[in-house]
Amino acid sequence: MNFFESIQRVFKWGTIGFLRNGTVSFSAVLVTTIALFMICSTMLANFFLNGTLRSLEDKLDINVYFSVDAKEVDILALKAKLDRSQEIAKTEYVSKEQALEEFNVRHKDDELTIQALELLGTNPLSARLNIQATSLDKYEGIANGLSSGSLVGAEFKDGFIDKVSDNRLVIQRMNNLINGVRRAGSILAIVLLSISFLIIFNTIRLVIYISKNEISVMKLVGAGNATIQGPFIVEGIMYGVVATIITTISFFPITLYIKNHTQDLYGGIDLYSYYIGHFFQIFFILLGAGILLGCLSSLLAVHKYLKNI
Amino acid sequence: MIFFDKVTKKYSDDSFGLNEVTLSIQPGEFVSIVGHSGAGKTTLLKMLLIEDRPTSGNVFFESVDIHNLRSREITMYRRRIGTVFQDFRLLPDRTTYENIAFAMEVIGRPDSEIENDVPHVLDLVDLSTKAWHFPHELSGGERQRVAIARAIINQPDLLIADEPTGNLDPVNTYEIVQVLKRINDMGTTVLLTTHNKGVIDSLERRVITMKQGTIIGDDPKGKTTMM
Repeated sequence: MNFFESIQRVFKWGTIGFLRNGTVSFSAVLVTTIALFMICSTMLANFFLNGTLRSLEDKLDINVYFSVDAKEVDILALKAKLDRSQEIAKTEYVSKEQALEEFNVRHKDDELTIQALELLGTNPLSARLNIQATSLDKYEGIANGLSSGSLVGAEFKDGFIDKVSDNRLVIQRMNNLINGVRRAGSILAIVLLSISFLIIFNTIRLVIYISKNEISVMKLVGAGNATIQGPFIVEGIMYGVVATIITTISFFPITLYIKNHTQDLYGGIDLYSYYIGHFFQIFFILLGAGILLGCLSSLLAVHKYLKNI
Repeated sequence: MIFFDKVTKKYSDDSFGLNEVTLSIQPGEFVSIVGHSGAGKTTLLKMLLIEDRPTSGNVFFESVDIHNLRSREITMYRRRIGTVFQDFRLLPDRTTYENIAFAMEVIGRPDSEIENDVPHVLDLVDLSTKAWHFPHELSGGERQRVAIARAIINQPDLLIADEPTGNLDPVNTYEIVQVLKRINDMGTTVLLTTHNKGVIDSLERRVITMKQGTIIGDDPKGKTTMM
């Protein structure tokens, strides 16, 4: 009998075992599904977390306030210069008039403040540049460069910039928070993956313990180790495949539910669209994990019964 | 064919499974091993099946010390022996046909040979109508006949039957013994352990009597001497 026929037989026995031992297969699939559910949740939570953090990062910026007599053409020249910096992602010019409009909108319910402004007769607000860095750790350098003038350049006279507001404390704390959350996320992912493996391994070990009499019969009729192990490995693969299908289907309504309840709260993160858009990638990751965990668990669990005394 | 050379299995200072057993079995013999529970019958078979190792002494099968065999050689050795147990030891999730075919599949026999041989053996044990039944759908006697069919499908050199009638009624017991006699008549060496006096007396073949791990009697045309 050739190698291909041997493989065919192993798959046949494994499939027969999977189908005919319904209760045992159901338990193993259920446990594997729970484990894959944890893995998928970790992946999606990672995306959700990164999206949330990115939206928080987007709200951070450095505000450069110019002197009241700074000319718009000079401000725009500085803007063009800063735009060429590799550390700066985006700059936004807010003119004195736009600043006044924003002020009026922000204080529309505060009549006293509006009246005080009108009494002045002139626009006391200055133009500004809102600057966003390419990453959180660049803000300090940019703020220092603007304050010291090294980023501005000698062509702009002293007093051109009135104030640089960089929210350094907020930025530093945000940086620490984001790094801490990402680190915790990585550790949690490793812990969950380890738990997943242990759960699957112990369940499959139990399944194989139930089959130990069968294994002894197989040995007595002269089956080799590969012949004994093969069908159990095939069953492990089938647990992984079925569990993957169940897990991926179940996440459609779950991600939709999460999207509907969190999109407005967390800055427009659409978990459902992300899941749909990355479905095949997620599916194959889960399939690989399920098959690997099932196979490895079967291999380790049946090994102890294979030793000849 | 089989030679036990002063085989001892010691569990503790005052507990012996076997105590310096020396025994020789020729090809084609039908040998019954009798004794009360704890006499050492099953321990003897475990030594032969390499399910346990002797504390001292050697077990030879066709002049080869079987307890010095490597793992792969043990697998090949076991294929030359058919085994039948009191608790049948069938694979519960496979049908009668599949249980018998399994013994051929594990040694790599092609599907064509399996499809040819299994029906013949089913005829031999009178189970042709039960080919697609699962073990839980069969009676005790039928399950034992499936076990015997599985044990002989590869035409082994030796058939070991460890208390094969222990769970059966007298009618099934008689049928099983007749099947074993038929197999022996076809040239297979048969080693039967039992404590059923009626079986032994009806066989009129060699009887080895054991007590407390030692051989106390060896009668070539045996009536049991136990009790």
